[in-house]
Amino acid sequence: MAARVLVGVKRVIDYAVKIRVKPDNTGVVTDGVKHSMNPFCEIAVEEAVRLKEKKLVKEVVAVSCGPQQVQETIRTALAMGADRGIHVEVSGKDYDSLGPLQVSKILAALAKKEEASLIILGKQAIDDDCNQTGQMTAALLDWPQGTFASEVAVEGDKLKVIREVDGGLETIKINLPAVVTADLRLNTPRYATLPNIMKAKKKKITNVKPGDLGVDLTSRLEVLRVDEPPQRQAGVKVETVEDLVGKLKEAGRI
Amino acid sequence: MAAAAALSRLARLGSYGIRRGRGLMFNRIQRRGIAACVDPSTGLTDEQKEFQKVAFDFAANEMAPHMAEWDQNEIFPVETMRKAAQLGFGGIYVRPEVGGSGLSRLDTSIIFEALSTGCTSTTAYISIHNMCAWMIDTFGSNELREKFCPDLCSMEKFASYCLTEPGSGSDAASLLTSAKLQGDHYVLNGSKAFISGGGDTDVYVVMCRTGGKGPKGISCVVVEKGTPGLSFGKKEKKVGWNSQPTRAVIFEDCAVPVTNRLGSEGQGFNIAMKGLNGGRINIASCSLGAAHASVLLARDHISVRKQFGETLSNSQFLQFKLAEMATRLVASRLLVRQAALALQEDRPDAVSLCSMAKLFATDECFSICNQALQMHGGYGYLKDYAVQQFVRDIRVHQILEGTNEVMRMIIARDLLTES
Repeated sequence: MAARVLVGVKRVIDYAVKIRVKPDNTGVVTDGVKHSMNPFCEIAVEEAVRLKEKKLVKEVVAVSCGPQQVQETIRTALAMGADRGIHVEVSGKDYDSLGPLQVSKILAALAKKEEASLIILGKQAIDDDCNQTGQMTAALLDWPQGTFASEVAVEGDKLKVIREVDGGLETIKINLPAVVTADLRLNTPRYATLPNIMKAKKKKITNVKPGDLGVDLTSRLEVLRVDEPPQRQAGVKVETVEDLVGKLKEAGRI
Repeated sequence: MAAAAALSRLARLGSYGIRRGRGLMFNRIQRRGIAACVDPSTGLTDEQKEFQKVAFDFAANEMAPHMAEWDQNEIFPVETMRKAAQLGFGGIYVRPEVGGSGLSRLDTSIIFEALSTGCTSTTAYISIHNMCAWMIDTFGSNELREKFCPDLCSMEKFASYCLTEPGSGSDAASLLTSAKLQGDHYVLNGSKAFISGGGDTDVYVVMCRTGGKGPKGISCVVVEKGTPGLSFGKKEKKVGWNSQPTRAVIFEDCAVPVTNRLGSEGQGFNIAMKGLNGGRINIASCSLGAAHASVLLARDHISVRKQFGETLSNSQFLQFKLAEMATRLVASRLLVRQAALALQEDRPDAVSLCSMAKLFATDECFSICNQALQMHGGYGYLKDYAVQQFVRDIRVHQILEGTNEVMRMIIARDLLTES
């Protein structure tokens, strides 16, 4: 089966943090704010490690793109059982404008370089909610994709993926090599154990520059403005259905 | 990325009825938007931050949802503690070759502080268990270590520390439980009081008198549950620490193999005190966790509760009070971590520093939790709100593992003894 799995892990603002918009409305405040691994990426790592434990995969490589701090996120993946890490160095303005297109180019280049036959990603990141990287990566590599996976099973040289779609569950069979994106119910990520955290220290993280991979990081998107959502307005209580209909007509809703 | 969108997404993520161990919780206890000044991860190495993260996650997901139930129903959460042990929390500073995690005292303090935010009472028991495992690991023969430590580190078996007696608390060296040598056994007679875990645990580390009066006549033996002559008193009803049973431990002609002795005869008091140095840091760390959780709860409450037309957080008095609570929390934390460092480096001031840390942190943190309760107003008095449990659970930290009065004795002795 797949010898090497690439797992993308993204460092995002911790899910429990209250987000604040920067005063100049160019983005959200990230300085000094608690960050952690994107929850869907945790599920992706867990799935990769489980495949390795079932001996269906030889090596799990955790990849993250960003400044020095993303090494923390890679270490978390190593503590969960990934074998080694790759830190793709992106910082400053490049990092601010880093989006799914750039990341998928990086992942595609790495997949070729590392001769990976399976890429597992989280379905989306909880900061930008793009839900694009997995799909774009598959397209760039011309690989099949099993997105929103709630179950992944190896069947010979193919992958059976059960996808969560609006209408219910869809089961597909795709050839390897492939890209899979993890949805919430794929698994419950393990806690890193103390011994594994210590072992993770000894695991290797290699640094790579996007230029070395031949990737152009120019963004085709420009963020114009970031705003808080409008404050929720108070509602109005009505006594009768007639009142309700009257009010809705007033507001131009019906 | 808007706050409201985040909340609704989290509500969607968390509302899928399925009991994930990783419930994304916005519940009353865990709001991890930690202000930088009280952030317990400042100054830690990356590795320590990882340890702390696991402990915080475990506390939030596996302990916090149950802490009220464990308290109200007096449940000893064996399964949850065994889950913790699987992560390496059963023998944190026990050596790896017998199943421990081999971490430092500072690492341990950080871990207990984080776990305590989930349930202080359970974490305190886990710390006592750790202390016993360490004592056996450090002072036991290789046979004893190999016999007991692996099971203790995995929490297949649980341990209790037996020093206090009905007649000897602070005056621990005056203990009366006798251990008479008969052939290749010690025969124990006497009773121990207030033993955490007593009756439900499997391994008892017992300080008993093998020789003459005073500390030099005391030895330390390991007694297994089921040994004939070992029995237990009734389960005590306590104000807090209800997730761990407390009972008297009674020895009536209880024969224990001489090979179960830790260290040499007469070394028992010394072993007990060495265990307590670490135990004091651990208990202080548990207090830190409770205070940290309480500060966050108080902050959240006063940010929401309105009186006189504005949120309580607009009151300068409460702002100042909160600032004082935060300051004393951080001061306590620094002292506890310094003491942990001193102990792991075996510095000459380690014993006093551990006593200072226990004295200061337990007193300050109780006051902090109490203040946090006050800030909740009437709600703080209801068992629906976690803050009262933190107050009740850490009240005893000022009493056990050496009362805070005894801590003063130790520190004064250090200051006044001509070296």
